Amino acid sequence: MRTIYMDHSATTPLDTEVFNAMKPYYTNRFGNASSIYSMGQEARKAIEKAREQVAKLINAFPQEIIFTSGGTEADNQAIISYALTNKDKGNHIITSAIEHHAVLETCDFLEKLGFEITILPVQPDGLVEPEVLRKEMKPSTILVSIMHANNEVGTIQPIKELAEISHEWGAAFHTDAVQSMGKIPIDVKEMGIDMLSGSSHKIYGPKGVGCLFVKKGIRIGSFIHGGGQERKMRAGTENVPGIVGFGKAAELALLHMAERKEKLDHLTNLLKEGIMETIPSTLLTGHPEKRIPGSVSVCFRFVEGESILLMLDSFGIMASSGSACTSGSLDPSHVLLALGLPHEIAHGSLRLTLGKDNTEEEVKYVLEVLPKVIGNIRKMSPCAAVN
Amino acid sequence: MYSKKVMDHFMNPRNVGQIDSPDGIGEVGNHVCGDIMHIEIKVEDNIIKDIKFKTLGCAAAIATSSMVTEMVKGKTLEEARAITNKAVAEALDGLPPVKMHCSNLAADALHAAINDYMSKQGSKMEFLSK
Repeated sequence: MRTIYMDHSATTPLDTEVFNAMKPYYTNRFGNASSIYSMGQEARKAIEKAREQVAKLINAFPQEIIFTSGGTEADNQAIISYALTNKDKGNHIITSAIEHHAVLETCDFLEKLGFEITILPVQPDGLVEPEVLRKEMKPSTILVSIMHANNEVGTIQPIKELAEISHEWGAAFHTDAVQSMGKIPIDVKEMGIDMLSGSSHKIYGPKGVGCLFVKKGIRIGSFIHGGGQERKMRAGTENVPGIVGFGKAAELALLHMAERKEKLDHLTNLLKEGIMETIPSTLLTGHPEKRIPGSVSVCFRFVEGESILLMLDSFGIMASSGSACTSGSLDPSHVLLALGLPHEIAHGSLRLTLGKDNTEEEVKYVLEVLPKVIGNIRKMSPCAAVN
Repeated sequence: MYSKKVMDHFMNPRNVGQIDSPDGIGEVGNHVCGDIMHIEIKVEDNIIKDIKFKTLGCAAAIATSSMVTEMVKGKTLEEARAITNKAVAEALDGLPPVKMHCSNLAADALHAAINDYMSKQGSKMEFLSK
């Protein structure tokens, strides 16, 4: 059976070019980058090259990049380490209702330690209103953490404005850019970003590696203790092949950004239009234009997300949903609820996230299968007025 | 995640639909939790002659609905009433633990349909005795 992968916001396949760049560091160049002999120094050089590649992607200085085990660790370090290092300045942290759990649950953790957390609501299109942030700022606010692009509905936030407001009150601005880094231009200097979390496996790099950008002059401590690696900001022997792969993936993402975006915009438009034309009682979620390339998020009424995913899987199509059953709890995704969608609509969510290797032919196949799948499930539904 | 039997009943559900002038109707669940199970029965001489379901929900919700209709078709009302949600899950070779409480309500829907039938019969009896 043919398989069609449309879940690139979950993870992406490893680029062959990236894999080839990594291989030597698993085999004959296995040295520890802290070792003094030449094989160790080769590993050191490879890490520093990757640091330059990643820094270039977001217009940072290489020494502002800390390699981590992934986006989640980067979010944890940015928020926890910043809060603990700067608690003499205040104890108030602001974030948004649609953040990834890596940010929200980290803020919950800090709340238990005595920090005050404010969670900003979002507009129905997923945007954080800068004026809403401004109203919540106060002298004790030390940190604002708002994601660049949302993983479920694709909405891109007005980062520059949000960062400016944070700075007016002397707070640092962190953004979780796991879904946007390498897909849309990021210039940390121009956008006023103080800290940024990124991930390798969302941009055709390997899993288990990510980065935290920390602007020069921002006070932040180490999160993982027990060694002097990463300029004492992240202890532990470096994941050399992973870091090399991330560097290569970042280089390729920058090189191909425009052409990938153009292709993805074309495919997602076809997909969105096709879905809206062929499937009644369907709602597009997230912002109509300010969206991450490749992301199509919809809610179908009178159906449940897990059923959609399992039926699509039987046709070889891989996607995801924010329904309760797929979120592992009794509630549908906190993101869809934060957009103001009622439970019964959020249960019928489907996210198709396309990648660089998806084709127009694959989109057409999905458009053939999806209306049948939704129609079949609705035939079983006691609530559907259709059929 | 799901057993082969669950996937079979989910992909090829038995007895989907509605009955013309059913003798009993049962519905459980709600929109907020995401699962709604609707069961209709036709009863003749104390036996479930026909049963149909419509369910909004995950694969477990659909598979348990389908399974319960197979289990009770042709059975007496007493036999049908003895079937539990747990028995339905067991007949499907089990459900993931997280699904046991939220999507395993098919027997409840069946019992609601039987109760609906009984109460209608009750009111008929009352009417005749007057």
